[in-house]
Amino acid sequence: MYGGGYIFEETKNGKPESEDQGKLKNFEAKIAAGEKIEPSDWMPAEYRKQLIRMIEQHAHSEIIGALPEGTWITRAPGFRRKMALMAKVQDEVGHAQLLYSAAETLGKPREDMINDLITGKSKYSNVFNYPAVTWADTAVIAWLIDAGAIINQVANSKGSYGPYCRALERICIEESFHLKYGHDNVVFLATGTPKQREMVQDALNRWWKPIMHFFGPSDKISVHTETLMRWKVKMASNDDMRQKFLDMYVPKIWELKLTIPDPNLKKNQTSGKWEYTEPDWEEFKRVINGDGPCNKERLAVRRKSEEKGEWVRRALMRQDEQYVTPLS
Amino acid sequence: MNLSNEYIPAVKDLIFRMADDELILGHRNSEWTGLGPILEEDIAFSSMAQDKLGHAQALYQVLTGMGESDPDTLAFGREEKQMKCCHLVEYPIGEYDFSLMRHFLFDEADAIRFDMLVNSSFEELANVTRKFRGELKYHTMHAKAWVIQLGNGNDESRIRMQNTLNECFPLALGIFEPSGFENQLIESGVFKGEAVLQERWISEISHILKLANLSLPDIDSVRPSYGGRKGIHTEYLKPLLDEMTEVYRIDPKAEW
Repeated sequence: MYGGGYIFEETKNGKPESEDQGKLKNFEAKIAAGEKIEPSDWMPAEYRKQLIRMIEQHAHSEIIGALPEGTWITRAPGFRRKMALMAKVQDEVGHAQLLYSAAETLGKPREDMINDLITGKSKYSNVFNYPAVTWADTAVIAWLIDAGAIINQVANSKGSYGPYCRALERICIEESFHLKYGHDNVVFLATGTPKQREMVQDALNRWWKPIMHFFGPSDKISVHTETLMRWKVKMASNDDMRQKFLDMYVPKIWELKLTIPDPNLKKNQTSGKWEYTEPDWEEFKRVINGDGPCNKERLAVRRKSEEKGEWVRRALMRQDEQYVTPLS
Repeated sequence: MNLSNEYIPAVKDLIFRMADDELILGHRNSEWTGLGPILEEDIAFSSMAQDKLGHAQALYQVLTGMGESDPDTLAFGREEKQMKCCHLVEYPIGEYDFSLMRHFLFDEADAIRFDMLVNSSFEELANVTRKFRGELKYHTMHAKAWVIQLGNGNDESRIRMQNTLNECFPLALGIFEPSGFENQLIESGVFKGEAVLQERWISEISHILKLANLSLPDIDSVRPSYGGRKGIHTEYLKPLLDEMTEVYRIDPKAEW
């Protein structure tokens, strides 16, 4: 799963002006013509840096995202759900593998990326810093967070960097199964016993805020990303993706007679845009910078598993073999 | 059903033993999801866990056909003392060396068991095991590759693998705990029995462990961990079952 709320940095160093202007012109012309940039092609330092940052955040989100849902594999009710959830979370880990490989083509080894994750240097999607309290939370995550991820990832798969786009195309196909699984799960709960219904409504109440945060801060307060949009690193604005999500999923949530916990949520018939209570972006910033309900726990679990697995990785090393950057 | 009534309890006992092993080990292996030493191993353990769950479900389904409840009720609705799994599968995942060695020892036995059962006189069982065999081929290939790799890796990995083999071996012998129905299974032509299986298993694993530079403990000097087949379990099974059935128990009649 995953998708949104990438944390872009304002471009500081390696501004395009300091690049070879001829090469830069060709590079930009190629992108404007809809061609893909491949690992061996010339690219501005800033493009490489921002892509690594973005793909890495995405990969981290996949493995950290495996944790809140993964803890419910051992508690899933019945064979059907247990096997489906296993397969779903396994897919997420597989996405991390694909994405780390895509980021590696830009020159940063997987080990370095994972080290930056566990030391808190690089970020991952904020939603995974919230707990999956009941079984119904996993259903809501699989449906709505994965739905948000698809919107974001379909947009990004039209981006400019070849390896990332190809990884995303594969990922989106699997995500669409997750969404079906999540929807089926929510339907069973919403149309089940009163207890099941209560569980899924509570889960929706808990997850609405992280869902609204999912696509990242409002365009009004986001850092300027014009260059990144021109380079097709960032493909859609946060608010546009949020609107698209609301358009597609609010009616489906209402269809199940579930209540969305925002009294101000409504579609403005004149503008065609959804209006909603502005999410608390201070909280978003606080959580992404480490002060959320589960940040410490998530990183501690990841760190422990890295430490516990270190001897295995050491034993696999061959003195006579060197690290090679993958080609595509 | 091509089975005379007198053999039914023996066959049910065999299938419960097999299904419970698959369920509990599948459950344990799934606990590696998100936590493996490398991503590729997370993914591999998850695949094998899914296969194991699939085997358990298919085996319970055979029991359903013999008049028992549906697979979900059999897996999620029985108490600890009704479970017939061996102790090996009950242990927590521990470190990767333990989980890998358990996977190796168990799946080698599983593969041979399924091999023996494809010619079982009880067709329903022969049919499902025929399907499992293709999957087991990959499980044993995976275990073998890793055991050989880590046994020959560096000093640390070799010592870890040897220690964990010493720890796992008595537990693994518990797989072959005689059930009390052995004679009936043999004379009915359903299954050639645990003793034959164990003998073939020892020969198979000895060969691979040699390639891995690991020594099999002397079988006469260890006490097999028996009891599981009779419903006497380790301290680890009860908490596992409590966790596994936590949501299911909210309302076993509800559709999840």
